[in-house]
Formats: sequence, structure tokens, C-alpha cells
Amino acid sequence: MEHHSILRVVSKLLIPPMLVYALYVQFHGEYSPGGGFQAGVVFAAAFVLYSLVHGIDALTRVAPPRVLHALAGLGVLIFAGTGVVTMALGDAYLGYYALGEHPQHAQEWGIVVVEFGVGMTVATVMLSLFIAFASHTRKLDDKDW
Amino acid sequence: MMSLIEANLPALQVVLPLVAAPLCALLGRGDRSWAFACLVTFVTFAVSVALFAETYAGTIISYRMGGWEIPLGIEYRVDRLNAFVLLIISGSAALVLPYARRIVAAEIPAERQPLFYTAFLLCITGLLGITITGDAFNIFVFLEISSLATYALVASGSWVNKRALTAAYNYLIMGTVGATFFVIGVGMLYMITGTLNLADLAVRIVEHGDSSTLRMGFVFILIGIGLKLAMFPLHLWLPNAYAYAPSAVTAFLAATATKAAVYVMLRFMFTVFGFDYEFQADTLRMVVLPLAVIAMFAASIVAIFQDNLKRMLAYSSIAQIGYILLGLTFLTETGLTASIVHLFNHAVTKAALFMVAGCFVLSAGTCSISKLGGIGRDMPWTTAAFVVGGLSLIGLPLTVGFISKWYLVLAALELGWWPVALMIMASSLLAIIYVWRVIEAAYLQPAPEGVVRKEAPLSMLIPTWIFIGLSIWFGINAMLTSTAAGRAASALIDSSHILWKE
Repeated sequence: MEHHSILRVVSKLLIPPMLVYALYVQFHGEYSPGGGFQAGVVFAAAFVLYSLVHGIDALTRVAPPRVLHALAGLGVLIFAGTGVVTMALGDAYLGYYALGEHPQHAQEWGIVVVEFGVGMTVATVMLSLFIAFASHTRKLDDKDW
Repeated sequence: MMSLIEANLPALQVVLPLVAAPLCALLGRGDRSWAFACLVTFVTFAVSVALFAETYAGTIISYRMGGWEIPLGIEYRVDRLNAFVLLIISGSAALVLPYARRIVAAEIPAERQPLFYTAFLLCITGLLGITITGDAFNIFVFLEISSLATYALVASGSWVNKRALTAAYNYLIMGTVGATFFVIGVGMLYMITGTLNLADLAVRIVEHGDSSTLRMGFVFILIGIGLKLAMFPLHLWLPNAYAYAPSAVTAFLAATATKAAVYVMLRFMFTVFGFDYEFQADTLRMVVLPLAVIAMFAASIVAIFQDNLKRMLAYSSIAQIGYILLGLTFLTETGLTASIVHLFNHAVTKAALFMVAGCFVLSAGTCSISKLGGIGRDMPWTTAAFVVGGLSLIGLPLTVGFISKWYLVLAALELGWWPVALMIMASSLLAIIYVWRVIEAAYLQPAPEGVVRKEAPLSMLIPTWIFIGLSIWFGINAMLTSTAAGRAASALIDSSHILWKE
């Protein structure tokens, strides 16, 4: 990979802003356009770019499929678990008012937590899908490029 | 604690398997994921029983998701009809999962089993969600959850036979078309009324009156759901999906997937569009009635010529769905009762028969009828279960199949449609032929040489025989099921008549 300097430099320039932008979209989801789904996709795209340049093996070293699957499940649990917590606090399923004193803050907290779960699941599922498809093809030798 | 659980029962019905699904994936290999999934289905079934008991007297439970006001937010609404369907779905799940351990161990590699059970739990989540929700768009969402899980479950049969992949792909295409049609139909209703809550839709559609948009919406929903429940010319995905899916999946799907779709159809036709919506009545009698009758005959005849036992039973399912749809088209209380009671009766019978097929697959390694010669001597209990289940499929007295056909024939005669009544009986004769082919092979033909077949393990026999026991118990003592079905039918009719007659 050493001799593809343009690819390496461009990806190094692009990946950090992508990750930051994903987090921005994630955490502004409750009062501006965006949210967990979009953020998750952008976040996963950064990793996809990394693997396009450095190869699928480099990606699976950073993000092993086993970990991705566990995180995907964890994201769903965060979403569904928020509902269970509000239920235990005496409100309906996903009734965010139970989460805080001030109704607006309670709603905000609920949305932030739930969207975090969504983002986590979307990003990891996207990556799992990508890895599942990309691992099927024959490995390219570096000289075949 | 108890009061908290009681207040949130409708949410728990769906949330339990939903939360359990990712946990199950995290549990790792071994029997842990199976044991966990089993436990969850038992608790889910207990929740369904509680809901059924609560609504049996006629109370309607309404639950606001997230605390939103009702026409705006998602409402979970449990009445007699869907409490009955919930009971069928979660009950089948609670019986199929204990059965699943051995046959899944034989059909699916160990490292894939946790994901298999995860998909199973998601499928249960989706089906229960479709049934319990009172929101049209939420139905679509759960329809997709259950369908996606089902595609994965069907495709997991590919460890045994690669054709499961094409079967799943076919199902994926047809199922997606169905779901899209459904959501287009819902979109048209939304265009007219501006609401998605089913009860609210019903009121506003009456206020709005008939229009071509409403008709289009009705047709899209009819075809979309028709694809999902394998209405006769739209059934082509079903035989292969059932034949190549892992045996436990087939047993569960045959008992529940089409039933949930039939429930959606009942709900839309009689709660949303109303019992005396003229265009609907015409469509049902002119289009659906002939199709249902054709399904009863054509699918039964095709079933006679199948060699694969699971495929044969799948075609028989299409015929049985014909009976359920036929009951709808009578547009009378008896007809509806027949349909609803047949939902339960067919679920019990078909689940038992597919479980028998699974036992054959485990012991004999095949469910091709021509290779099952003499299996009645090697596996007496399994084959006996098939005989009783087959009799119920034919509709012999003292089995649940008889109860359904009795109500169907009664409904036909009430309207004076005696040719239809005759056709119901004639198509039952076809069932005798295909059931007899299996019995003949199992008892009268010699066993192939050099084949060792052991009786199925108890963990599989007991759930099979529980289903068979139910099909006899409710065949002799039909009061509980037919009262429940009758009450559900009258509740459907009452709600819609009030609206349109005002």
C-alpha cells in the first residue's frame, strides 16, 4: 500500500472529518435535521473508505465482525431498553416524560439516548453488510491493481 | 411491580421478544440461546393468555405508545379478535421452540444457531406486533420485521438444500411487492382521511363516503395482503419456501405467518372499510369467492401429485387458506366465525403435520413420500400423529377440521348457497386422497432395505402430540374456540355496522 500515496493522503484527510461530521449529525439530531440513521451511515462510510484504500483485512483488524455484531445488538438494546426503563419508571413504553423533572429536558434526553442506539446499530450493521459482501471476492494481490 | 406489568401488558407482548432477540445473539454457541429463546416464548405466551383473559368479557384494552395522544401516536389496541390471534401466534411459538432443539441441531451448523434463534424471536416479534397494533403504518413496519426475519429463516435451510436460497429469494421479491402494495393502499387511505389509526380511519372513511381513491386503496390493500397470505393466484412463493425452510421454521410459519396476514385482512375489511361497504362486498363475492373455491380444488389437486411431504402439506395450506377466505366472502356472522375458528384449527393441525414431517427428516433423513415406505412400523408414534392430523385436515368428526367445515357449510346453507356447500365437501374428498397416499406409504409399503430409522426423540414427539391433542380436544369440546371466534366475529360486525348505519 506504500506506493499509493495519493490514496493514502486523501483518505487520511477525509476520514477524520467524516467521523466528526457523523458525530455532529448524531448529537444534533433532536433539534436539527439528522439523527441516528444518517449519522450511522456517515460513520460507517468512513470505515468503508478506510477499507477501500487499505484492504478488507485492515478493516476487520480494526472492527472485527464479532464485535460489530455485538455492538449492533447492543444498539437495539439501548433503544428498546430506554423504553423498558420508562416503563419501569411508571410511564408508557418510550414515554420520555418519566426520564426527568422538566418535560422538555426529559424528551430531549429520551431522544438523544434512543438515537444513540439507532446510530450504533446502523453503523455496525452497515459495516457488517459491507464486510460480508467484500469478503466474498477473491483477494487481490497488490500488484494486480 | 405487578401493577406495572399489568398496565404495560400490550407493550410487553411485543417488547419481550424484541429485547430478547439481540440478547440471544450475544449469548453465543451451545444450547444457551435455545434455552433462552424457549423461556422468552413461554413468558410471551403467558402475556397473551393474560391479555386474552382480560378481553374475553369484551373489554377493549388501549395502550398509548410513548404516551402520545391516540389518533396522533401509535395505539396498541387489544380486543377479542386480536387477543385470540395473539394466543395462536405465541402459543405456536411456545410449542415449536421446545421442538426445535434437536431438528435445528441437525439442520443448522452450531455457530449459526444463536443467529437462527435471534431471527426466530424477531419473526415472533413482528407477527405479534402486526396483530396487536392499532395503527396502519405500524402494521407495515411489523410486517417488514416479520418478513425480513422470515426470509432469513427460510434461507437458513440452505445448509441442507441449496434451493432454500432461491425459495427465500422468490419469497423476498413477492413479499416485498406485497408489502409495497399494502403501504400504497395505506397511503391512499391516509390521503383521504389524514389519519393512520385504524379506529379513527373507520370513522373518517364513513364521513368521507365512497370515492375512487378509497376503492384504489382497498384494492391495493387486498392484493398486498393477498400476497402475504398466499391467496390463490398469488401463492407461488409459498410451496418452495415451506418445503426448503428448516423443519421447525416451516411448522411455525404454517401455524402463524399466514394467520397474522388473514387477521390484517379481517381488520381492514371489517373494522376499517366496514361490513357493508358495497364495493368491498362486490369484490369479495365476485373475485375472492371464486378464487377461494379454485384454491380449494386446484391446490388440493396439486398436493396429490407431490412427492415431497413438506411441499404437499404446503399446497394443502393454500387450499386451507381458500376455506378461510371463503368464510370471509359470505359476509355473515357464521361465515366469519368459520374463518376465525379455522385460523385456530388450521394452525393446530398444520403445525402438528409439519412437525411430523420434521421428525421424518430427522430420523429418515428425507421427507420424500416414496422413500417413507414402512415408516409406520419404525416410527409408530410419529406416524400415528400424522394419521390423526390428516383426519383433521380432511375434516372428520371429533377433530377440529370438522368444526371449521361444519361452520363453513352452515354459513353457506344459511345463505342458500348449496353449490358452495357441496364444493366444500367435494374438496374435502381430495384431502382424503393426498393424506391417504402418505398413510399407504407409511403402513402398507415395505421398508427400503438397509435403512435404520429410530422413533423421534421425546422432545419432538411431545410438542407434536400436544398439537394433536389440542386438535382432538377442541374437536370434541369446541365450546371455547367457537365461542371465542363467534364473539370475535360479532364484535367485528357490531363495530362496523354502527358506523355505516348512522
